[in-house]
Amino acid sequence: MTKEKAQKNPFDRHPMLEQLSQLWRNKTAVVGLVIITVFMLTAVFAPLLSPHDPLEVSLYDQIKPPVWHEKGTWKNILGTDDLGRDTLSRIIHGARVSLAVAIISVGIAFVFGVLLGSISGYYKGGIDSIIMRIMDIILAFPYLLLAIVVVAYLGPSLENAMMAIGITYIPRFARIVRGSVLEECEKDYVMAARSIGAKNWRIIFLAILPNCMGPLIVQTTLSMASAILDAAALSFLGLGAQPPTPEWGGMIAMSRGLILRASWVMTFPGIAILLAVIGFNLLGDGLRDALDPRLRD
Amino acid sequence: MLAYIIRRIFILIPTLLGVSILVFFMLHITPGDPAELLLGERATEEALVELREHLGLNEPLYVQYGMFLKRLMKGDLGETIWTRQKVWTEVKHRFPATIELTLAALCIACFFGIIFGIISATKQYSIFDYVSMIGALAGVSMPIFWLGLIFMLIFSLNLGWLPISGRLSVDIDLEVITNFYILDAVLTRNWAALKDAAWHLIMPAVTLSTIPMAIVARMTRSAMLEVLRQDYIKTAKAKGLSNFTVTFKHALRNALIPVVTTVGLQFGVALGGAILTETIFAWPGVGKWMYDAVMQRDYMVIQGGTLFIAAVFVVINLCVDVLYAVINPRISVQ
Repeated sequence: MTKEKAQKNPFDRHPMLEQLSQLWRNKTAVVGLVIITVFMLTAVFAPLLSPHDPLEVSLYDQIKPPVWHEKGTWKNILGTDDLGRDTLSRIIHGARVSLAVAIISVGIAFVFGVLLGSISGYYKGGIDSIIMRIMDIILAFPYLLLAIVVVAYLGPSLENAMMAIGITYIPRFARIVRGSVLEECEKDYVMAARSIGAKNWRIIFLAILPNCMGPLIVQTTLSMASAILDAAALSFLGLGAQPPTPEWGGMIAMSRGLILRASWVMTFPGIAILLAVIGFNLLGDGLRDALDPRLRD
Repeated sequence: MLAYIIRRIFILIPTLLGVSILVFFMLHITPGDPAELLLGERATEEALVELREHLGLNEPLYVQYGMFLKRLMKGDLGETIWTRQKVWTEVKHRFPATIELTLAALCIACFFGIIFGIISATKQYSIFDYVSMIGALAGVSMPIFWLGLIFMLIFSLNLGWLPISGRLSVDIDLEVITNFYILDAVLTRNWAALKDAAWHLIMPAVTLSTIPMAIVARMTRSAMLEVLRQDYIKTAKAKGLSNFTVTFKHALRNALIPVVTTVGLQFGVALGGAILTETIFAWPGVGKWMYDAVMQRDYMVIQGGTLFIAAVFVVINLCVDVLYAVINPRISVQ
């Protein structure tokens, strides 16, 4: 490398900006980001956006088809269910529930996963073995089964579903963080931090973890996608959100009896789930390309 | 290799023990009296006393766990609460249905996933590549319980092509030997039953195959792209071998190594997904049985079924690891 090149160019951008612009150039990530933003805005402004109260029962508007159907009306753009509740309003409010579930359950997994993973990777030895064996035990259950069992014992509710999903996702975060911490611990800056007498927690949280963020952000995004799917599945099985909460999976379950008479009641919530999950998966794939070239497939 | 397998089996033991501890204590960390939880709030005092006696619920917890483990070693998973059947007998009876469904789904997933993956990789950035990768994205993002209902609506209710639920039509007689209906039909040369069973299998299997198919397609594509860039592929092409030979004989063999692992891991995922699929299509397997148990709060079934599925899952993962070591000579077995 020549001397000129080695010198820092004042116009060089911060690596984070570099990654952001890389992300911006990645079309799939941008599409994902747009979808997620739309869902987020829908969730935040749900009361303003929805034409009706999602819980309002209207006996005169039972099982109305969507507007493009010959019997449809503009009053209920996506039709109504068997209680006359507006499908569009319920889907809009459902975005709140689904996103909240995804954020909280992945949040639980993130906090515990990062904590356990960094302890495991930093201290190694016996505590590492114990934590990783516990993670193995959680991973010994097929996905969804453990969540179903946990909810079966705790009782069906949205809170318990979030907790169950959160618990089942802990190992993914713990494993990633442990791997990254093990790798980072070998590097000089950790040695430097140790030699100036920094405390362990300071080294872990202020020196090592910021350097492991790439894979963690990717995993968080992809986990949001699967958390939305799993929460919808639990609600569909009657173990998550309880009626009359407007939740997409629960809406599909409620409309099973209407499958022949009013297929739209079942169709639209499914499309909402699919789109939201696609959004997070697209962003996750894009982030992986931008932040973590090692994981690129 | 043998030493490697034996060591892997030894690592398995603490995991399985941990699973049994987790499953056992779940009943006891749940707030409330376990006996009352098992029998419900309206149970009579005598029934509660009898159950406590029967399950040894009056003993200290570690003694109870010891008894639980002892019974487990003998293959005794307890009795169902409502029907007083042996849980093990029930599991044995239903498991073939689940395996039949899961295997069918995985076969569909592998067949189409690998084909789509290969074509996408050999024709990278073509229309086919884009379409199949968008399809794969939709596949991994699919709520399968919804897709199953949509299939049901289209193919059973509207078109009337496929039966809506169950494993066999009522008017079809089949002598059950292994409880794998497809296999039983072949063994007894009952072609009408074979057709009927296959007809019933299609829709649930395709539904369950969605996510694994998408994952296999993505994996095959990226593995093939990686291999196709290697020098030996250039050499093979330079020798004048046909594209077909290069793709299938040279490239695919090496590209399939990571795919095999993926497929193995998907087996477990499909076992979990089977709960949803079986519930929708009233498929009489372990998944639907466990769902019914959750609804009826039959905790003995939940406990036994969970233990059984977790054990199967762990063993499958072990087999995948061993298989991976066998087919990939680059991984030194240490």
